[in-house]
Amino acid sequence: MEHTNEMELIFDSRSSNESFARVTVAAFMTSLNPTVEEVSDVKTAVSEAVTNAIIHGYEGEVHSIFIHGRTQGSTLFLTIRDEGVGMENVQQAMEPLYTTKPELDRSGMGFSFMEAFMDKLEVESEPGKGTTVKMEKTIGKGRRLWTTQSL
Amino acid sequence: MKYQVQENCLTVFLPQEVDHHNVEEIRKESDHLIARNHIRYVIFDFADTNFMDSSGIGVIMGRYRKICLLGGQVCAVHTSERMKKILTMSGVTKIMQIYEEEK
Repeated sequence: MEHTNEMELIFDSRSSNESFARVTVAAFMTSLNPTVEEVSDVKTAVSEAVTNAIIHGYEGEVHSIFIHGRTQGSTLFLTIRDEGVGMENVQQAMEPLYTTKPELDRSGMGFSFMEAFMDKLEVESEPGKGTTVKMEKTIGKGRRLWTTQSL
Repeated sequence: MKYQVQENCLTVFLPQEVDHHNVEEIRKESDHLIARNHIRYVIFDFADTNFMDSSGIGVIMGRYRKICLLGGQVCAVHTSERMKKILTMSGVTKIMQIYEEEK
């Protein structure tokens, strides 16, 4: 049987918790023996998802954000969930440069970054119910050249 | 976080981690300095930075939008390989030059 490990993290949607969340996930994935590059990729993706939950999901209000992490073999599975306002049109939200908050200098690249840095990205959302972001990344696949290409 | 103004040039020394949490202050402080000192050039110094997400890209694009109307420019210095990757991937390098060596 493949080696598995699991964790769950619940924290307040305060921006000061963004670094806490990504550092915790980074610590959780160390058992997979990732490269520095792979840890940075996951940290960036987690940071994007948590920032989305704080700014867009809860629109600045303080509620809980849930992170569920699981490792199976050499693959890391992450689920980042909020119970915020949700989105009507997930497809549109995932388009590069699309943002509903340009006045806050948001670049609209959150989902693009998640897609680029992880192997798989799935987003489920329902208005009024919240948003769930599911990501996975297999560690130790080696560097792929396309990741440095411009979006 | 440190800022340096030399004539019409503002250098922003970015913190270790550039995320949504600390981007707010950079945005406010640099906009304040840009308005007060007739800044045309903004240099983002990444010497201490080892983490940045798309919030950082937003700040760079926002400052660019502000000063490009006045014929200004933004650029980046002291970028690590990781930072270069993030900047290139986001496409922000189309509007911002990365300088390898400052001196």
